Amino acid sequence: MATTDVALREASGRSGQKHVVNDLSIQVATVNGSGSQSSNTVLLRSIFQMGIPVSGKNLFPSNIAGLPTWYTIRANKDGYIARKKEIDFLVAMNPETAQEDVKSLAAGAVVVYDEPLNLRALRDDLIFYAVPYDKLVAPVCPEAKLRKLVRNMIYVGVVAKLLGIEMAEVEKAIRKQFAKKVKAANLNLAAVEAGFHHATATLPKQDPYFVERSDQTAGKIIIDGNSAAALGSMFAGVTVVTWYPITPSSSLVETLIDYMKEYRIGPDGKASFAIVQAEDELAAIGMVLGAGWAGARAMTATAGPGISLMSEFAGLSYYAEVPGVVWDIQRVGPSTGLPTRTSQGDILSTAFLSHGDTKHILLIPSSVEECFTMATDAFNLAEHFQTLVFVMSDLDLGMNNWMSDPFRYPDTPIKRGKVLSKKDLDRLGGFARYKDVDGDGIGYRTLPGTDHPAAAYFARGSGHNENSQYSERPDDFERNMERLNRKFETARSFVPRPEIIENGKSNQVGIIAYGTSHWAILEARDQLRKEYNLEADYLRLKAFPFTRDVHEFIERHERIYVVEQNRDAQMLSLLKLDVRADLVTRLRSIAHIHGLPLDARSVTDELTSMEGK
Amino acid sequence: MATTPTSTPMPKTNRIGLTVLDYRGGKTTLCAGCGHNAISERIIDAFYEMGVKPERVIKPSGIGCSSKSPAYFMSRSHSFNAVHGRMPSVATGAILANHKLLALGVSGDGDTASIGIGQFVHLMRRNLPLIYVIEDNGVYGLTKGQFSATADLGSKLKSGVSNDLPPIDTCALAIELGATFVGRSFSGDKKQLLAMLKAAIAHRGTVMLDVVSPCVTFNDHEGSTKSYKYMKDHEEPLQDINLIPAFEEIDVEYDPGTTVDVTMHDGSHLRLRKLEEDYDPTNKINAVRRLLEAHERNEVLTGVFYLNSQAPTFIDMLNITDESLATLPDSVVRPGREVLDEVMEQLR
Ligand SMILES: Cc1ncc(C[n+]2csc(CCOP(=O)(O)OP(=O)(O)O)c2C)c(N)n1
Ligand code: SF4
Ligand SMILES: [Mg+2]
Repeated sequence: MATTDVALREASGRSGQKHVVNDLSIQVATVNGSGSQSSNTVLLRSIFQMGIPVSGKNLFPSNIAGLPTWYTIRANKDGYIARKKEIDFLVAMNPETAQEDVKSLAAGAVVVYDEPLNLRALRDDLIFYAVPYDKLVAPVCPEAKLRKLVRNMIYVGVVAKLLGIEMAEVEKAIRKQFAKKVKAANLNLAAVEAGFHHATATLPKQDPYFVERSDQTAGKIIIDGNSAAALGSMFAGVTVVTWYPITPSSSLVETLIDYMKEYRIGPDGKASFAIVQAEDELAAIGMVLGAGWAGARAMTATAGPGISLMSEFAGLSYYAEVPGVVWDIQRVGPSTGLPTRTSQGDILSTAFLSHGDTKHILLIPSSVEECFTMATDAFNLAEHFQTLVFVMSDLDLGMNNWMSDPFRYPDTPIKRGKVLSKKDLDRLGGFARYKDVDGDGIGYRTLPGTDHPAAAYFARGSGHNENSQYSERPDDFERNMERLNRKFETARSFVPRPEIIENGKSNQVGIIAYGTSHWAILEARDQLRKEYNLEADYLRLKAFPFTRDVHEFIERHERIYVVEQNRDAQMLSLLKLDVRADLVTRLRSIAHIHGLPLDARSVTDELTSMEGK
Repeated sequence: MATTPTSTPMPKTNRIGLTVLDYRGGKTTLCAGCGHNAISERIIDAFYEMGVKPERVIKPSGIGCSSKSPAYFMSRSHSFNAVHGRMPSVATGAILANHKLLALGVSGDGDTASIGIGQFVHLMRRNLPLIYVIEDNGVYGLTKGQFSATADLGSKLKSGVSNDLPPIDTCALAIELGATFVGRSFSGDKKQLLAMLKAAIAHRGTVMLDVVSPCVTFNDHEGSTKSYKYMKDHEEPLQDINLIPAFEEIDVEYDPGTTVDVTMHDGSHLRLRKLEEDYDPTNKINAVRRLLEAHERNEVLTGVFYLNSQAPTFIDMLNITDESLATLPDSVVRPGREVLDEVMEQLR
């Protein structure tokens, strides 16, 4: 698989390097369903525990067992955690892909391979280490049927020895991985040790890569974005969760179920929540709307195909003004596309999901920490604006492990929006559901069950007047649509503001990006500065509608590169609709659609070529 | 100057002191004579007579003439006119959010048996506490009279076009799938429909009532099997139905040989005087068989086909706290700092 691009690697020429410390990428090529996930997590955690910034990315097939899988670990002293385009260290476990994997490496790269595959014969410009896995696994794992799973732990030991990863940390990571399963932990540890001893005895160090203890990860946690979103939702006070399984969103709800069972069952043994696996996404979103209308904090999680199915209900939410939160863990479309690969391809369709003049609030997390905090933001915004809020995560963020500072306990109170109680109605005598009392476009609502004769209103997707009565009058319709627009305009000053990085030197070039592209941009900006003496300012979007800051940023820069992980420059299109006409020509697209997490080198290369460098 | 009070008669009130006017809705915009209007009237009577507080009731519906009808009864109850065929999911969400609500879902035969059949099927499986009424006219009224999936084989449109496909029997389906109170009635059968609606209010679990409701504009002609005339000639009631509300416990004698007495969830008694000798409404298999037989014999069987007042509801299965989820205090829905600390520690 072309997870690397040979042509692009020539520039990095490694000859003459002696000692490369805490700066490498390891790619493990295995077969899915072979237990390699545990080995890779142990490897990742061991490096993390040694204090080196690290990231792990699973490039997996849409299949349960038997197809190729790659796992990339990047350790980087400068804190770069985007995917690294170049592979420095290949662990070739999969006979099916081994040849291609080796052929695509750049000269000087390292290959740890299964001895019988005899990969050494393929190239003479790489560093090879052979490991006889079958021979090594037999003595440590007498039970033949477990060998397939334990076998993968051996490379952990080999890599640990070669790179200098401390065995004490490996053991700690194994104990954590297998938690209460002591027998399994011991068995796996024995396999690691077998690998370690093999490397010590027979594999003299020939490559320049080393891992050395540092202090850059102290106090940090490792978590995937979906788990962070689940945690965030629990602390946001979610009460109704509906879902229909789809990669890469399923783990969000599955993790949420675990957390809720642990922490949201009351002293009476009863649940302060309802989680329902619906029959499809239409039902999932319908339930969210029903629950939101009745006053619950309701959410669902899905991916592109589910979003498509939710379209009619999304319009109902917009027009009948019903709150709810939808997590879209984006994967590659169109259609089933590449269901296990990452993308930012749902931006445009989700922003305007449904027919008629419909538009939605989008929140876009870049980090696991934002997955956590935006869960609360999403509910607060949804209830404040009485509409759906979509949180646009992606597979890379949702399913991969990320380092993070520990999450802070939410300091924002739970805000339920403009809801009139019986007491309010006693005082007011009545209310007009869709009247713009406060000038912000947001009406007051009541919840079903409110014990007051004037509490009820008729929620509907058909034309209605301020009193929620059926109306086909042109003036009623127009007035209502204009109020909805006003509401959307109000949202501009409520959604999270972008992160802006500028050095104040009125640079001509600006980059706009969002979501997981962020990590590649941070690194690319450094590459641009160091390699091309090009200083690029940067704005990271966190939400749609755009805030004033976005327009001002565009005004301040001659050329804006909008970097995104879709073909059609979807965010750029949204920006075009929003900015002053004379600014539109400043926007240029850098788009990536290969389904692999974005890397810095690709951005740097494309941007510099567009800059004529 | 003193006036002598003239004695205006006090309007009749129900057990919670409301008059039947308190259960009325907006003026109907459906065709005069539409069966759906008669159903709205019976709904008003049933909720009035059962003394249900309108504020406790929600009226979710789909799209169609039938689904519009919640606007024409019980204005003091919240309504949600959702999208075509998806009332079940909206109702489910609302009840999960607040299981103290009494939900009356209104749908049509098109809304249920065509576009909405998926949601219908899954709703029935869950035994969610909900009264599901299909106002069944065999056609799509609102889109001007196309056949729906409950149209009988061989029944004819006004244009003479004949239906070649077998009907979906929503009652048989509901029984098979897990609904715990299933019956069929006719909008023109005031007494039976009222009794069945009252029994539905007394039940906890999914009530599925298919109410044949003629569309006077598009399906009330010769050759239709959902016309007033056809129903008059072919309705075959299984029982004489009487609901004695819990608060009215009067001991009317009944003959156990001819009458089944069922104690409902709220303590009401449903008395089914059998018109057919050994029909047992607690026997699922026989209920379905009897419905299939009715199709063979070209009769429109009405009455309570199946009843199980003991089955756990979806709310029971989900073990939801007694309070409404919608209004739980922050202290219950947001775990404390120590929980986050604990989780963070595990992730280090
Ligand atoms: C997604 C969608 N498709 C089609 C329609 C058009 N439509 C409105 S009502 C209706 C059929 C209603 O039939 P039924 O549920 O039997 O109600 P009735 O009018 O007969 O009472 C259709 C097809 C729609 N509103 N939405
Ligand atoms: S078209 Fe038919 S279903 Fe619709 S209101 Fe008229 S009679 Fe009733
Ligand atoms: Mg119909």
